[in-house]
This record gives sequence, structure tokens and C-alpha cells, in this order.
Amino acid sequence: MKRFLALYRALDRTTSTSRKVAALRAYFEATPREDAAWGLLFLSGWRIKRLLPGGQLLTWAAESAALPAWLATEAYHPVGDQAEATALLLDLVHPPGGPSDPRPDDDLPLSRWMDERLLPLAALPPDQQRASVEGWWARLDTDARFILNKLLTGELRVGVSRTLVVRALAELADLPPAVVSHRLMGPGEPTAAWLEGVLAAEAPGAHRSQPYPFLLAAPLDGPPEALGPVADFLAEWKWDGIRAQLIRRAGETFVWSRGEELVTERFPEIVEAAATLPDGTVLDGEILAWQGDAPLPFARLQRRIGRKTLTRKVLAEAPAALVAYDLLEQDGQDLRERPLSERRARLERLLAGANPRLRLSPVVTAADWPDLARQRDEARARGVEGLMLKRLDARYLAGRRRGVWWKWKVDPYSIDAVLVTAQPGSGRRASLLTDYGFAVWHEGALVPIAKAYSGLTDDEIRALDPWLRRHTRERHGPVRVVAPEQVFELAFEGLQRSPRHKSGLALRFPRILRWRRDKPAAEADTLDTLRALLAAHESGHDPTTS
Amino acid sequence: MTPGDLLAPTPQGLHCPRGGFHIDPSQPVPVAVVTHAHADHARPGSGRYFVPAPSEPLIRHRLGPDADLHPVPCGQPFQLGDVTLSFHPSGHVLGAAQVRLEAPDAPVWVVAGDYKRAPDPTCAPFEVVPCDVFVTESTFALPIFRWPDPDLVMEEILAWWDAGRAEGRPSVLYCYSVGKAQRLLAELARRTERRVWLHGAHVAPTELYRQAGVHLPETTPTGEGARDRRRWAGELILAPPLAWRSPWTRRFKDADHGFASGMMRIRGVRRRRGFDRGFVLSDHADWPDLLRTVADTGARRVVAMHGHADVLARYLNEQGLTADAWAIGGAL
Repeated sequence: MKRFLALYRALDRTTSTSRKVAALRAYFEATPREDAAWGLLFLSGWRIKRLLPGGQLLTWAAESAALPAWLATEAYHPVGDQAEATALLLDLVHPPGGPSDPRPDDDLPLSRWMDERLLPLAALPPDQQRASVEGWWARLDTDARFILNKLLTGELRVGVSRTLVVRALAELADLPPAVVSHRLMGPGEPTAAWLEGVLAAEAPGAHRSQPYPFLLAAPLDGPPEALGPVADFLAEWKWDGIRAQLIRRAGETFVWSRGEELVTERFPEIVEAAATLPDGTVLDGEILAWQGDAPLPFARLQRRIGRKTLTRKVLAEAPAALVAYDLLEQDGQDLRERPLSERRARLERLLAGANPRLRLSPVVTAADWPDLARQRDEARARGVEGLMLKRLDARYLAGRRRGVWWKWKVDPYSIDAVLVTAQPGSGRRASLLTDYGFAVWHEGALVPIAKAYSGLTDDEIRALDPWLRRHTRERHGPVRVVAPEQVFELAFEGLQRSPRHKSGLALRFPRILRWRRDKPAAEADTLDTLRALLAAHESGHDPTTS
Repeated sequence: MTPGDLLAPTPQGLHCPRGGFHIDPSQPVPVAVVTHAHADHARPGSGRYFVPAPSEPLIRHRLGPDADLHPVPCGQPFQLGDVTLSFHPSGHVLGAAQVRLEAPDAPVWVVAGDYKRAPDPTCAPFEVVPCDVFVTESTFALPIFRWPDPDLVMEEILAWWDAGRAEGRPSVLYCYSVGKAQRLLAELARRTERRVWLHGAHVAPTELYRQAGVHLPETTPTGEGARDRRRWAGELILAPPLAWRSPWTRRFKDADHGFASGMMRIRGVRRRRGFDRGFVLSDHADWPDLLRTVADTGARRVVAMHGHADVLARYLNEQGLTADAWAIGGAL
């Protein structure tokens, strides 16, 4: 684990990308493949299943340091990370620089840590798990303990982007970054052979389930006219579903979500429909719950995803379809270098007469930008999020690229709500109050309606933090009830009934649009406003677009 | 707070009715007893100031030539009302002292002010003063705060500077202007002869430390450096935390930015503030030293102030002592 720890430190100790790439490259160069494969998995954001909850680790650490549980909780709050707080508390039990330093256990390679120690832990009874973990703690220093705890809780995240990892590997193997990026898609495995395959000079037989890196759209933040003539673009509805790639190769079908998760089993009706596709076909599109000629609300699909078993009833309530909008591979041939106009034409021919569970995303035609903007205003009534604008002459590139695909969303719903509670964030924001609770008026009282974390600038957060601390009226653990004086405009994508919330409704994706310093709390919105929006939302009639 | 106590928390600070004075008052009062030169302890506007003699130059620098200062050497009793006071080193920064209070028919109180037990070449070490009531700081009163050995931290800082020299980048180390900067300089002087650059805010306090006989390395104000941005390659520059991300830092091309503070114990704090490196070096007592110090004084009653006062008081109560958390100025 020593090399991985050194890499982690090197990445953690610089904000310079070139130095991060150099550290990554040095790590992959010097580390035996079977260990570096694990390292690469962790660097790619791959997580092992949680072996132990962070709260459990914190409890064990508190007990061995003879600290009461409430004190461990207090100590955790400013840290905002149970794995880190645990590692810090253990310094009281195993003081650094003590007689047992240096601690020899760092020398065990990462692959052996994983195979011989961590992964077998899942099968052990709790008392043996505890004995094992405490034994390792005693033989590791603070930083190594922190990494161990992050591995145990399944939340090890290394502060490095995928692009930098790809760049380092590509430099090392002398390959184009796109090749490395493609090889890293799909299921990696902690073996030397897999890493050899990623770095190999000759293209190894690509695994037949392997998807392509997704091209992600950038949000359009200016007027669309700035993009050029409307004729240069293909416009489609922006579907509110699950981004997916459907792969048909060698008689088998695979469905990948954008999170690089294989979700084939979740969508049997799509798999069935795909059986008619020719081998060597890869479709890019969106999975939606679909009935007749229209999509169902995302919440229906979400409920289905939450189910462990797909009963007939579940399938009937939210029948899934893939709405395809791109063709990345045909007859086993990679089409990503061809312009969208050609890929689209091929896609239309391919899907003509296909099973209705594989639908072609229709083109939205418009004479000019104002015409397109008018159609965009109908988006909410159609159950879509807005429009996608895609350059007809563009290749299919990997990752989020500006200038290729644009998402042009309808303006979200918004309300003015009063900030009523605040608590510290986690990780980077653990020492600032960044997580807020909001309320609206109902019969003279404030009713909580949403929690929101994002939307303010760092400067605003820093300005708000001391105000919140000065105006705290009650404290419940980390949560502060503050004077109801500050008003914020919240944006949200939709709303639904929710018996679990006191207000009787839940907002979808609430976030802060702006701090309304100009507005007194008394003038914030009321619950009745939200109820009217809900009624309109449910009837399919949208008061904001009519 | 108990009626008849020698000290009571008031909006102006710790007040001693029998002696007619306040300790480290937050607002102007007729008579102030000041423990050390930091801005949140030595504030302008009071009538008379009784200060520990070794901290006089720093407090004078902060309060100006017109402040009415009465320096008293450590260990020498002086009288205010029917209260007998004396200063005793607290090990926090140059001249920082605890205040011992004794009055007829009253328990003995010690107000520690800010203190630390770790070695510091720039000031006298903390002196254990037995007492009945111990008023302790609690800035870092959480069990996650346990400081590494300062010698190991200095080795890390030196290794970081060496890496900067090897790669030709400036190393900018942020640290407080009074105390931390000079502690770093004095520790560096024991390890290297190299010159260190100082931000303007660090210059005057550093000169006062030198005049007090603290051995420091050669220092030069950054204002005297050339405008050429390559000038700073491989150099070490000390700066106050307020300078971080100010236009002043732009002159240091490709610099690595480090911060020396107890808060650097928490990874998220360092990352949120955007420093490349954090060095855990504090002039306050860590959790084990707070507990050790409470035990060393033999006090039966403890009052905690600043930072995590509630936590320390609750913990000590559970350990069988009588402990309170006092807030000054009503801050939660």
C-alpha cells in the first residue's frame, strides 16, 4: 500500500495538473501491474462494496480511545468525514512517532491488502471484523489509516479527474488518449492482465460488452443565435430519462447507463426488442418509461428502478423504451469519426420498422431560432426538459465538449423561500454552513419544503456563514435553527405529492438561484402557490408556459 | 457563574469586581489586565493596561505610543483592589502569560489565556500554577486535535522548501504575523542558514522579536525584491493568511502555497481554502495537553472559553470536575 499512499499524498499535495499527471505516470511506471490495477480502479472512481459503515469505525475508534460517543460525534462534525475523523482520533491510541514507528504494514502490496485482508472481511462475524480492523490500525500511520478507512467504507475518492488518469496512462503507453479512454470504459477488473490490456500497443480483442465513452452536452448559457445558423443544427427534445448505450454484438445485448453501470437486467423489454438488431450495433439514447405515444414522468421510471424484482405489475406500470438518437457502431464498424448527419441517416434507416420499444428520437424542425424557441416553450407540456442542439457536421467526441452538443433547457420553476435551518457541509466545506433548509408560509407559520446545497458562490457562502452563526436560535446536533430572515429564490424541475413531508409535497432537484437580499421574509411565497403548481403539474397543464 | 466569584463573564470580557479590572477586555474599560499581544486580547481604548513585561514591546506596537502600559515581570505580585495578581508564562507567543488571582477568603483563580505545552524557541515555557479554579482556553478542544511533534513538522516544512528549490518554484508559507511567523523563523534558524523573505505585515513583529533577543535567520522584506518574477524561484516567503489569493501573491510564479496552523489537521479545511500543503503547527494546546494541564493545576473547578468550550466543559463534568463554558459577548 506504500506506493498507493505515496501517490495519494502527491495528488493531494498539489493543485497543479502537470504535477498530478507526473505523479500518476511515476506510479504506473514503478508499481507492479497487479497492484497498479487496483490503483487504477480506485483512481477511475470504481468503488468496492462498503465493508463497514463509517459510523461503525468511528464507534470502535471512540471506544478504544475511551471517548464517550457524543464526543466522537462532536469531533466528527468539523471534519465532515467519518473515515478521516476515525483516523485522527486513533492518534490518541497509537501516537505517531511512538515506539512502534516505523510501521511495517505499509509494505504489504495493495493487491494483497485487497485480496487477503479487505475483501475476505465481508464474510467474517462482527467481532472478528473488529479485531482485524483494530489490528491493522495499530500497525499503520495516520495517513495510511485514513486510506484504509476510506477503502473499508467504500468511499475512497482520489482528487484527480479521469482526464488526467487517461493522460498519464496514454503518455506511459505512448497511445492516443482516446484509445486509453475507450479501453477504460466498461468493466475493469483488478488484474495485471486488465491493466496490460489498457496499456497494450496492439488493440486487444475489445470485450464485446464494451461501450464507448459518452458524449455529454454542455448547457447553453447564451442566446442560441450566437451558435450560428439554425440549419447547422439538429434539434431534438431533451428527454428526462436515463442516458444509455445499447450494445448488440455476437448475439448478445448489453445496456450501459452513463454511470458506466451495466443495467441490462433492469430492462428486459428493451433487451427483447434489441434481439432483432444486427450484430455490431451500438445505439446511444435515453431510457424512458413510455406509454402509447408519450413518455411518462421520470418519477415512474425512478420507482421501477428502486424495485429489487421486476414484477409484471411493475413492468406494466412503467414500461421502458429506448429513445435512440445516435448510432456509434454499425456492422462492427466504429462510426464516431463520421459526421452526425451521416450517423443520423444510418440510424433512421436502421430503426425504420423496428420494435416500438426502440424508438427514434424525432427531429424538431424549425424555420429559425425564434420558431425553435416557441417550440421549446411547449417542452414541459410534452414531458421533456427542453431541447438538444447538435452540430450536424460534428464527430462523436468523448466527454463533455463545448460546441458539439448543447442542452437548451426550459426555464425551471422557481419560488422565493425563507432560509430556516443550516448545517455544515461535508468534505471541502465541512467548516462552513452550506446545507440549508427552506420554508414557505402557510397560515402564518413557516413550513419546511426543501433542502438545497448548491447554487451560491463561495463568496456568498462565506458572507452568509457568520450571519447564520450570529442568528442561531437553537442547535440540534449539527443543525442550527436560524432567524427566518433571509430569502432565497429556489429553482426546481418539478414537484410531486409526498406524504412523508410535512408540506405534503416534494420538490425535484431544488437548488438556489439567488440570494434575495432585497426581499423581506414576509414576502416569501406560500404553500398555496406550490399547491397550485402541483395541481397544474399533475393535470399536465403548465401555468408557466400557457 | 456563581455569586461571589472573583471573576464573572460580562459583555466587556472577564470582569473582577473586587479588583476593579477586566482581563483581555473586548471593549474599552478603566483597567485592563492583558495576557498577550494578539489583537483579540490586546484591544485599544482602555484607561490603564497591566501587561506581562516581556510582552510590552509587542503590545506597545499594537496599541500605540499613547497607551498607558504598566509592565509587570513574571512571578512578581501586584495589587488591584484587594486582589493580588501575578503573571506566569503561558508558552503561547513571546511574552504571553497566565494571570493568577488571589484575594482574602476566596479560592485561587488562574486565567491561562492562550497557551501551549509544546516547545517553542521564541518564548518561555508554560508554567504550571496550582489553583482552585482554572480558566482555560478551548480553541482546539476536540479529540481530533492532537499535534504532531513540532520537530517532525519542521522537517516536513524544510523538505517542502527543498523540493521547491530543486524544482525552481517559490514556496509561500502562510502564518500569523505575531508568534507563528517568528516561531517558524527561529526553528528554521536551527536547521539552515538560508535567508527567508517576509511579507510587509511580518516585518515589524519580527524586528521586535529580534530586539528581545530571539535568534532568527536573515530576513528581507519582499518589497525589496526585484520585480522580475523569476527572482523568487526556490525562495521561501512567509506571509499572513490574509495575503492568500490577494494580488500580492501573483508575483510568485508557479509557487506552492502552504499554511501552518492547527486547523490544517483537517483535510477538508485545507482543500476548501485551496492550499497545496498544510502543516499542523499550533500555538494552542491540543486535546491531550488541555486535559493534562487541567489535571496538572489540581483545580477542582474549570471554566472553558473560546472555540469548543461546551465540549470541554461537558467532558470534564463527566470526568467528575465542576466545569462551565463561558461565552464573552454572547457568541454561541
